[in-house]
Amino acid sequence: MAAKTLSKEQFQTFTDNLIAAGRVVGVKRKENKFAFGDLTSASELTLDYDVTLRSPRVFFQPPTEELISFTTGDTTTAAATIPATEPFVLLGVHTYDLIALNQMDRIWNEDNADQNYEARRKAATVIALEPIKASKWSFWASMGATKVEKGFDLLLTDIGGKYVIEIGTEAGKKLISAHAADAKEASADDLAARDRVRKELPSYCKADRKVNASVEELPTLIKSNYENPIWEKNAEKCYSCGACNLVCPTCYCFDVHDDIELDLKHGTRTRTWDGCLLEAFAHVGSGENFREHRGDRFRHRIFRKTVYMPEKINELACVGCGRCSEVCLPDITDPVKIINTIKEGN
Amino acid sequence: MATASNEQSLYLPELATVTDVKTMTETEKYFKIKLNNGKALGHKPGQFVEVSIFGIGEAPISVSSSPTQTDGFELVVRKVGNVTGAMHTLEDGATVGIRGPFGTDFPYEGTKGRDIMVVAGGIGLVPARSFINYVLANRKDYGRLIILFGARSPSERLFTDELADWAKRDDVEFLETVDKGDDTWKGNVGVITTLMPKVKIDPAKTTCVVVGPPIMYRFVIMEAKKMDLADKDIVVSLERRMKCGVGKCGHCQINDKYCCQDGPVFTYEEIKPMPEAL
Repeated sequence: MAAKTLSKEQFQTFTDNLIAAGRVVGVKRKENKFAFGDLTSASELTLDYDVTLRSPRVFFQPPTEELISFTTGDTTTAAATIPATEPFVLLGVHTYDLIALNQMDRIWNEDNADQNYEARRKAATVIALEPIKASKWSFWASMGATKVEKGFDLLLTDIGGKYVIEIGTEAGKKLISAHAADAKEASADDLAARDRVRKELPSYCKADRKVNASVEELPTLIKSNYENPIWEKNAEKCYSCGACNLVCPTCYCFDVHDDIELDLKHGTRTRTWDGCLLEAFAHVGSGENFREHRGDRFRHRIFRKTVYMPEKINELACVGCGRCSEVCLPDITDPVKIINTIKEGN
Repeated sequence: MATASNEQSLYLPELATVTDVKTMTETEKYFKIKLNNGKALGHKPGQFVEVSIFGIGEAPISVSSSPTQTDGFELVVRKVGNVTGAMHTLEDGATVGIRGPFGTDFPYEGTKGRDIMVVAGGIGLVPARSFINYVLANRKDYGRLIILFGARSPSERLFTDELADWAKRDDVEFLETVDKGDDTWKGNVGVITTLMPKVKIDPAKTTCVVVGPPIMYRFVIMEAKKMDLADKDIVVSLERRMKCGVGKCGHCQINDKYCCQDGPVFTYEEIKPMPEAL
């Protein structure tokens, strides 16, 4: 599709225009880290970030979300709670996070379409961004997550003094025509500069963040190592805290619970994020816990990312964002170390 | 947050009314339920529903009645947790929520003309009964019907009237046992696998349906293999934490399979490469 350019100054104005027109969620500094948040001014926007604390999935599957409301007592009623999310612009989603978001679109929409996810996703206009920095944990280059073909309305590439803006959808095109009337058509030179930047992209991930197995061989490699001692060995230090689940852009498991008001009549049913590393995750009413041992839960997570999801939807469920590696206190969950250790032993 | 009510949602239950409650054992109660919209549940033998007790929560419960019974459907619930505990306080006329039916079914279509052997342990009789009664309602479509049932003790036997009927019928070969007898018990004593060598089957034309507590499967499958049954002809129903029923929440995952969508009914051939299955 067509591409435009905006100088960085012009882009500030574009962002301020977007903010004036409605809700804009963008990447902001949070002490020495970065996080998505509502923008009140373009000056808050930071597009040279390495990684955000949480992935943008929080805007589509919030940590807690009402599913139904009900009344009980003499007459029982129940009604679906579908979020009436106001349209918003999500600005600055890194390529790897967009790949994860595209996967979430499939997960939630294919087979049984989840109306809550759909309502939130429809409300979002996504302005994606090719990273210009990687965190010390990032390994997206090894996961083939440097190039994204779809899922964005606009895609930004920083080519120095300006952004090349690829238009992905009609909605993206309208955003430019309405709020960046001064955008220029990208020239051949601009596109050549973008190609050069894109070639550099994989080199931003640090040398020690290289996975020594190809994306194609990963599912077979990990699957054949179901009994590898690494699962038990690493899990010996696992706190079962579930932090790896919480920060993962492709984790989406949830628990459901009811709350009832003090009148004992009105109540709601809510889903909350859950994590397969937590001890009670596979516990059933009769007392059985089908994944009681830490090692089994630890292995399940990595298998889900590298074996089960590829088998189910033909995509790896790891985009190499490095968030789990960073938050894991005992430093046991880093996919790079796990995969490389397994690869070495094979 | 503003909400748009009455939009259809994956998670919105249909309201339903309890039309009959019976105490079956110390821990099990029977419920007959009708959907308030007047429709039949439309389930297949072996499927389950998510039962809502509003304010308490939702739990996956196997449907015990055969789809050939159209006057409401039946559940038998063991009191083990919050939702099942609350269900045990329900009386006739109570309103519950129902989502489903969900999951795979016992192979009631593909087994027509074949011999059926059902091996049910304890509460496993509850889902197995949906298949047994389907076969009985379509008796001429099937060959032999062999039912092997085991309970821990005589007082834990479920559907005692139906057990007595099956024992009497000429077109059912029924054997039962209890792990531990009492003064009143004159039947077999021993675990359920002790019944299996007592029946002679033609393994090529027999399908074996196994439902029971997790511990039971391994031993019953070992016996079934001794009887030369093929892996694809041994059918099991697995229990997991099927919280959402629609393949999203992740709790019921068994290796790469979602028990709520790919199961709960699996063949032994399907679960053999799944180390987490049993």
